[in-house]
Amino acid sequence: MFRTIKELVDQAQSSCLSISEIMILSEMETTQKSRADIFSKMEKNLEVMEKAVERGIHEEVRSHSGLTGGDARLLQNYLETGNSLSGNVLLDAVSKAMATNEVNAAMGTICATPTAGSAGVVPGTLFGLRGRLNPTRDEMVRFLFTAGAFGFVVANNASIAGAAGGCQAEVGSATGMAAAAAVELAGGSPEQSADAMAIALGNMLGLICDPVAGLVEVPCVKRNAIGASTAVVAADMALAGIKSKIPCDEVIDAMYKVGRMMPAAFRETALGGLADTKTGRALKQRIFGQSKNTDGSALTEK
Amino acid sequence: MRYRSVFDIIGPVMIGPSSSHTAGAARIGRMARKLFGSTPERADITLYGSFAETYRGHGTDVALVAGLLDFETDDSRLSEALSIAAKKGIKVTFTTDKETQTEHPNTARLRLAGRGNALELVGVSIGGGKIEITEVDGFSISLTGSNPALLVLHRDKYGAVAEVAGLIAKYEMNISHMEVSRHERGHLAMMVIQTDEEINDGLAAEISGLTNMLNVAVLS
Repeated sequence: MFRTIKELVDQAQSSCLSISEIMILSEMETTQKSRADIFSKMEKNLEVMEKAVERGIHEEVRSHSGLTGGDARLLQNYLETGNSLSGNVLLDAVSKAMATNEVNAAMGTICATPTAGSAGVVPGTLFGLRGRLNPTRDEMVRFLFTAGAFGFVVANNASIAGAAGGCQAEVGSATGMAAAAAVELAGGSPEQSADAMAIALGNMLGLICDPVAGLVEVPCVKRNAIGASTAVVAADMALAGIKSKIPCDEVIDAMYKVGRMMPAAFRETALGGLADTKTGRALKQRIFGQSKNTDGSALTEK
Repeated sequence: MRYRSVFDIIGPVMIGPSSSHTAGAARIGRMARKLFGSTPERADITLYGSFAETYRGHGTDVALVAGLLDFETDDSRLSEALSIAAKKGIKVTFTTDKETQTEHPNTARLRLAGRGNALELVGVSIGGGKIEITEVDGFSISLTGSNPALLVLHRDKYGAVAEVAGLIAKYEMNISHMEVSRHERGHLAMMVIQTDEEINDGLAAEISGLTNMLNVAVLS
């Protein structure tokens, strides 16, 4: 068991184990379940993620509101032209993150990582790096344990709910988790994973949660997309030997404090930010009529 | 620590779009159903904070009812829960309360009724699909559903807790967490006992048979 990123990294270093292995051992201890059970449960989550990505980049996915869908495919088509500015690995990760969130917005089946609204970053990063690093299935499952280990500390010491801490708590956390896991997948050290997370999350402090019409669509899909690109870049920075001047645990604590100071309008109430723009308000009006109870009567609103 | 498993972070597998407002809401509904003991005939639900502001976009209302119907977070029938409930003749009303300040922004109060029983509880969705039940019939409690649990409504008399603990020991079960909440000395109290092992019907029946016990609910 570990309570901080420092404890996690120290445990990995002192026992010469990877972060993913520390997470698996901790899970075995907490739940008293076998390694095989825990590993296969995570493998099932990987399968769900893979299906959502495939659906998003190959099928015509549209949300009920019509606000999102089809952008992951646009990006894949653009990638095939070979003319992209930011390169194939990055844009592949970005498009696969979008694919996941587009499926989520269409009420498809996804795996929350750490939440549904931020479900695209981790799989987007993983499947985007697959072509570059050719990981085994085992290594891909381990990527999720590593991401989970970092997310575990954030969830317990800060928050992973947009309603509590804004988007920094959701896409910010997911981006840090993905960056840390990308480092391990690329052969970096546990310490470099922590630096990658600190760099990524530190860059997202203050990000508000302002869903247009209260839907997990605008700007969530694109925030996940760019979250995946940030994760890959932060991982590269850490692998290059760049350190975060502020230790990862302190960045997480800063995120928590920023969330506590954030006005309610920026915490998933759809009352501020992009939700409260002229177009955002008009979209809300267009999408929702009067809601009804199961017997057809109107809702009471205080 | 509120999150205990890696699968609280990587998971749940769920129908979108929101882990807190959809999957968490479904889990609150399902836990409420379990504590109630059956599908209710009537549910009056009040939504607070972010739930009240954004329930439509997230399908929070739909998901809460899906939970009351015992659907899991990845059940493909989830999005049809309101019409399924209507077909079953379950009466559901929703109220949004945007004024009352709650401890956590994602809070719902459920009043369930049916077969002569009633239950009122407050559920909170804390993020990533993880939930807590913070109040049952006016008693402050903390229940996450991570472990099997017994909820015992009893008279606030000396020895009541010891008798229940004694029965649990007789069944060779280990208590992992326990709390007692009451309104006033000598009146009613609620015991919430979490265990490492699953709670069998025999134990629940024996507890129900004790003098000061008024109601026993089992969460497996």
